Amino acid sequence: MCLALPARVEHTDQETALVQMQGNRMEICTVLVGSISPGEWVLVHAGFAIAKIDAQEAAETWEILTEAAAELAGDEPATEDQPK
Amino acid sequence: MSRTVPKDDSSDRQSTSAAPARLEQIVLAHGGGGELTDELIRSQILPRLGNEILNRLTDAATLELGGVRVAMTTDSYVVQPLFFPGGDIGRLAVCGTVNDLAMAGAEPVAISLALVLEEGLDGRTLERVLESIAAAAAEAKVQVVTGDTKVVEHGKAEGMYITTTGLGRLIDGVSLGHDQVRAGDVVLINGSIAEHGLAVLSQRKGLSFASDLLSDVAPLAELANDLVRRFDGVRLLRDPTRSGLSGVVADLAGSSGLSVEIDEKAVPLAPPARAAAELLGFDPLDVANEGKFVAVLAAQQADAALDLCRQHRFGGQAAIIGRVTDRQPPMAELLTVIGGRRIIQKPYGEELPRIC
Amino acid sequence: MTEPLKDCLDRLRAAAQAVAGTIRIMEVCGTHTVAIFRHGIRSLLPANLKLISGPGCPVCVTSQGFIEAAVQLAGQQGMIMATYGDMMRVPGANGNLERARANGARVEVVLSARDALKLAQHNPDAEVVFLAVGFETTAPATAEVVLSAHRNQVRNFSVLAAHKRIVPAMLALLADEQVAIDAFLCPGHVSVIVGSDAYRPVVASFAKGCVVAGFEPVQIMCALAELAEMMAQRRPALDNTYKVVVTGQGNRRAQEMIEQVFEPGPATWRGLGRIDHSGLHLKRAYRDWDAFERFGLSPGAEVEIPGCRCGDVIRGVIDPPQCPLFGAACTPAQPVGPCMVSSEGTCQAWWKYQRVSA
Repeated sequence: MCLALPARVEHTDQETALVQMQGNRMEICTVLVGSISPGEWVLVHAGFAIAKIDAQEAAETWEILTEAAAELAGDEPATEDQPK
Repeated sequence: MSRTVPKDDSSDRQSTSAAPARLEQIVLAHGGGGELTDELIRSQILPRLGNEILNRLTDAATLELGGVRVAMTTDSYVVQPLFFPGGDIGRLAVCGTVNDLAMAGAEPVAISLALVLEEGLDGRTLERVLESIAAAAAEAKVQVVTGDTKVVEHGKAEGMYITTTGLGRLIDGVSLGHDQVRAGDVVLINGSIAEHGLAVLSQRKGLSFASDLLSDVAPLAELANDLVRRFDGVRLLRDPTRSGLSGVVADLAGSSGLSVEIDEKAVPLAPPARAAAELLGFDPLDVANEGKFVAVLAAQQADAALDLCRQHRFGGQAAIIGRVTDRQPPMAELLTVIGGRRIIQKPYGEELPRIC
Repeated sequence: MTEPLKDCLDRLRAAAQAVAGTIRIMEVCGTHTVAIFRHGIRSLLPANLKLISGPGCPVCVTSQGFIEAAVQLAGQQGMIMATYGDMMRVPGANGNLERARANGARVEVVLSARDALKLAQHNPDAEVVFLAVGFETTAPATAEVVLSAHRNQVRNFSVLAAHKRIVPAMLALLADEQVAIDAFLCPGHVSVIVGSDAYRPVVASFAKGCVVAGFEPVQIMCALAELAEMMAQRRPALDNTYKVVVTGQGNRRAQEMIEQVFEPGPATWRGLGRIDHSGLHLKRAYRDWDAFERFGLSPGAEVEIPGCRCGDVIRGVIDPPQCPLFGAACTPAQPVGPCMVSSEGTCQAWWKYQRVSA
């Protein structure tokens, strides 16, 4: 335990925020991390932000973010790979 | 019936080696197309209804009628909600049926349409679904030739349920099946996985999760038929619907008596689907697809087959994702992104979102 | 394999070679269990490194009695049980929530404790009971909804709480003579809340290395390398390699919220028995939202399941295949114990990802 993913804050509203992760959105509760702003990154577990994350570090830590960034940058997608 | 049950429990260490339990009660997972569905079929249906054709448990049954080889399939559609991102129950019904026929190596010809409607269903909803069925049938080049309509009381049928039967003409010279698979064959998929199941889940009431994901629901007969006509080395076609790619690959090892190795890096998976799966705690390999097929074919024809797929609108992201080996005992393995190895197993049947 | 991962694997292999005998590293986080299995990390490890999956699956360690109480409640008229998906198939003495649902009980899977509270607000004629299970990562969420329910006087909502604290369990395991652990791979997200300093007693009292790691394969591999190096150099220490979200102190706000609503007390861990200070119980001030109080329940007695060795599995005393029921009477389709039910349970992970090596 436990599943938690980094997500980017899109909107905030008092104690909640709308976050998104590669086109998936969740409304989460922010009381455990205090005030956050759109554009910031948070670690989300069971509908709650449990930590703030530096955006640069997020990109370096979580493969899913580095992969997505690579795809956007036009790097060769995984589909080209062939098993040896 | 659209699942192949591993043929011999004693030699197949992939499948559950426990004896089928007495059926106490139906649970949701019995309808999930995974282990529990297999068990239901094995322990309840085959003993009472089995025959040479049924026992093969292929996506579509192949029969000979007056010298003509036909394929026949049946499916029910109980998806909730009726309209989901990328599709609806109507489109799903046509495509699912047509795809099952295509997996048998048949050219779809006709489908029947049985509707069970809930009392109180909005007229406009029915119109939209029927329009969608018409559009999908035209796209798939099949006709709805017969049907039935029933209405049940308010509170039953959740809007509507649809059952179809599909009929198709087997393409000459084509004989697909697990028994055709040989060591050295490659495994091909026509595109990215895990989109349908996650798109539908994102619409489920009570799950505080929304997504840009679209169902990949699509009619695949044109591409699949083309593939088998041009490449005599196609051994098997399966669509990874409920129980996902895991189900198809586990069945492949279980039923062919050979081993399968899938290269995780090669499996097309779009970032939004990957993220959604991670958010919910699912393995993308276990998620349903409705616009995908897996083909097992002779290695020499792989590149050409891949080219064919990539030129088709439903095959742009096609990829060779694995191969068949003669390693014993038969095992379905994933070569993970970090170069590790682990077994691919058929899912239970109800994948529940988890937080732990 | 990426360069950093290969480097760590090389370091791990070198360190393992320098150690005479077996290195036994326990991970106490079910999410680590799953990540390790899904990525096939075991298949890359040196032969003398044994990774033990400990009691890190909060579902697996939830007492049978708790499940019984939940199933009993579910069967009552007018109840809506709100639960994380993880709990649906955990067996109690009288069935599980999946069966209860099949029998007509209203059991709703939620992704968040707040969704459970919303259920109560949208269904004023029903009683909503939220099954609050999980470690310290998840306890603050429960605390928040209890506070919210209290603030807004949501009367048709209550919590059946069985949150657990991981460090007391780690210490109890180390004090158990049957258990042999050399070092711990510490849970990444529990540590976000409790802080990496929480593991100091483990290092200080038992001289066992503790490395806090995230869940990406490279993070796990590098943490294992570091633990192996500690063994090779006989230099057990505490290290935090998940600094992007884990600090020494942890999330003080979350800790305060836990302290406001819960107090530590004894808890029964399935397979481990009773461990002092390892549970979180709702404080008396919030007893109106305590489902045990509201419905006059007490967790049922633990029933021995003949042959089930889940407890030995989560203590790392045996591997799943050594349990007589594994693969025979106990499979994911027909699980006997929680280790096979939960997708994070060692037995299920073993079954799904590692069963059968010729």
